[in-house]
Amino acid sequence: MHKAFISYFMVCLIFCLMVFGPSPAWAVQPGEALTDPVLEARARAISAELRCPVCQNQSIDDSDAPLAGDLRKLIRIRLQAGDSNEEVLAYIVERYGEFTLLDPKFSAKNSFLWLAPLFFLLPGGFFLWRRLRAAKTIKD
Amino acid sequence: MIIESGHFALIMALSVAVFQICVPLWGRQRNQTSLMAMAKPAAGLQFLLVLWSFIALTIAFISSDFSVYLVAENSHAAKPFLYKFAGVWGNHEGSMLLWILILAGFGAFAAYRLPDMPLTMRASLLASQAGLSVLFLSFSLFTSNPFARLAPAPFSGGGLNPILQDPALALHPPLLYLGYVGFSIAFSFTLAVLLEKKPPQNWAAWLRPYVLVAWVFLTLGIALGSFWAYYELGWGGFWFWDPVENASLLPWLAGTALLHSVMVAQMRVSMRKWTLLLSILTFGLSIAGTFLVRSGVLTSVHAFANDPARGVFILAILASAVGLGLVIYALRAERALQNQVDVTPSPDQNFALTSRETALMVNNIFLASAAATVLIGTIYPLIIDALGMGKISVGAPYFNKVFTPLMAPLFILMPVAPFLAWQKGRGLAALKPLRAAAALTLLSGLVLFFTQTETGWSLLGLAAAVWLVTGALADLGKKARLAQGAFRERLQRLLRLPAQQWGVVLAHAGVGVLLFGIVASTAWQEERIVSLQEGQSVQLGDYDLRLEAVSKINGPNYAAEQARLSFDVADEAQTLLPERRFYPVERSQTTEAAILKMWRGNIYVALGDRVPAEADSQSAAPAYVIRAWLHPFVNFIWLGAVLMALGGMVAVMGNALRRGSVLRSAGEGE
Repeated sequence: MHKAFISYFMVCLIFCLMVFGPSPAWAVQPGEALTDPVLEARARAISAELRCPVCQNQSIDDSDAPLAGDLRKLIRIRLQAGDSNEEVLAYIVERYGEFTLLDPKFSAKNSFLWLAPLFFLLPGGFFLWRRLRAAKTIKD
Repeated sequence: MIIESGHFALIMALSVAVFQICVPLWGRQRNQTSLMAMAKPAAGLQFLLVLWSFIALTIAFISSDFSVYLVAENSHAAKPFLYKFAGVWGNHEGSMLLWILILAGFGAFAAYRLPDMPLTMRASLLASQAGLSVLFLSFSLFTSNPFARLAPAPFSGGGLNPILQDPALALHPPLLYLGYVGFSIAFSFTLAVLLEKKPPQNWAAWLRPYVLVAWVFLTLGIALGSFWAYYELGWGGFWFWDPVENASLLPWLAGTALLHSVMVAQMRVSMRKWTLLLSILTFGLSIAGTFLVRSGVLTSVHAFANDPARGVFILAILASAVGLGLVIYALRAERALQNQVDVTPSPDQNFALTSRETALMVNNIFLASAAATVLIGTIYPLIIDALGMGKISVGAPYFNKVFTPLMAPLFILMPVAPFLAWQKGRGLAALKPLRAAAALTLLSGLVLFFTQTETGWSLLGLAAAVWLVTGALADLGKKARLAQGAFRERLQRLLRLPAQQWGVVLAHAGVGVLLFGIVASTAWQEERIVSLQEGQSVQLGDYDLRLEAVSKINGPNYAAEQARLSFDVADEAQTLLPERRFYPVERSQTTEAAILKMWRGNIYVALGDRVPAEADSQSAAPAYVIRAWLHPFVNFIWLGAVLMALGGMVAVMGNALRRGSVLRSAGEGE
């Protein structure tokens, strides 16, 4: 099912759904789950961080596309083979590209993205600090 | 004929809007009162013309006039009345017309409801509002004409997407647009202040109610959209950080900052320049949201590859409106604020570290940073792609990571700020009335720590929610002096509390309730995905859900498969009937989850695919995929949002009533 709340301009939805077809089936199927609850929880967590390569903007955890289902199974196979979470993610990225990561890596080109909050907080904080300092010098 | 008259009225509205820009500004230049005064009737006439145009389109939808292209594409004769009506704005062209109607409506309202505003200022305010109308009217007429005809007319229409045939979603766009477009008044007002030679010093007091009104509608609009997604999309999520959602969150964050900064600008002389800038940017973000959603530049389940000409046009609107606003701001802000007539508070802008100014500036720093961060996160993949550096995705995990730390300081500070004095700092003494709230927070934190197995982050979130609610109550207690006097007196004081103060208490408590809903429903939720045959059951939390039967039923314009699940809640038998619907006209399927709503949480059940019986299995009965969730306290999310909006509403209405009574008593005195 579409994991996104379809909203503001209903028009988008109409067109989008007419083009891509609404899918009342959900992502994770009953047979997919692993019996080991710890491993299964890890698999779900990883699925939520991976974008379905053929969908519009859904994680493979939410997508009902066949490829997403295959990837979910692949993740579970890798986990059962003893991979760590990072190794599983690296395995998928190697095959499907960085595009699949919904949680982008911290790298040179993504540095502005990750530092964006500081980029705005620091000047704001500096401005406030100066205003407060100005107040002190006048009072003294 | 009605259709053509609607089209004609829209064209007339465009010419009236052009008139509404030129004549008042010309009059202002030549200092001619009669010319400036023309802005008012022009704003009224423009609204009436757009209103007629909207009514004409509505008539076409209700009467299913399929000779209108838009109706043929998006409506159907066999659709319930409500959705024929809501279908008017259930598409790009019609929703643009609704947007324009609200824009003209706000303009007319401002024209007739600001009697005490200097004529020059009103002239530039209405001229600016008309300028926005010209931009959006041209967009509608030249790229998205809702009145285009179709010959020959088909016998039936394409229908409204069934997923949108829902009362909440019929109301969602009007609320959201009232929010988006409400900020246009703040924008026009700001330009009017900037263009004034000697702006009145109480301009912020005029601006504030408009900001509040827009904010209230935007809050309700977003909450309604989220609520709809929760029950309609069939798996119980409420916020997904999709670009289209972010597009509405951006003006909301900026608007929340604005409604706090405008308060400082009203009470003090600080933050006035920033308030003017922020009000330009907030409306800019509203238009940017429209651009992001309608241009198809973003990959979202909502975005669609639209006519690129439309995207370029909206970008041009954004550039000209915000560009002009920023240029005027850069040229005029300093001088306009210096020339404010009779600045009554002392021009001393200094304030102590523990003053309310500091708290509200921190509020603005974090909210503005949050808005900027969400904007960057939303468009970053586009930037990287445009620079040829590959394709990346920025999704929910990123936003959760950066957004939470930006909100946390606000949650800590929010209960404290109302206790701080303007300008003067009283240090920690100001926090004395918060002792009880702090103790309760600590206590609940400890209780949760020893009884719950959830992660530390959820416990901190729950404690923060307790802090927000108890802090708001402490604020109420102090303002109404609930610690003193007889019960009757205390009650009287509580009832006589100024609406503005009730507003703050309600809105801040609402944030706590919202936070509680988010954290509790996420941390304590349970999920079961199973395939059940008729007669089998699944354990969900304390409840034993039994699939009784799956049957076929027929609705007014759909056919459905309906499952019947029964279970006991506190020894009372309950039944849930989730459905999968097939709409033949639209040739599409939807899921109708069934939800048992209780104050302590929802039981949420959705019916999935039919699993064919396996060849080697004993029983030949088919099984059905059942997805069941327990969402503890999830309704607090929307309750919190409604409380926030209610707080804003109370503040606006109290303000209006007080103004009314001031005017009335002034009239009686004469």
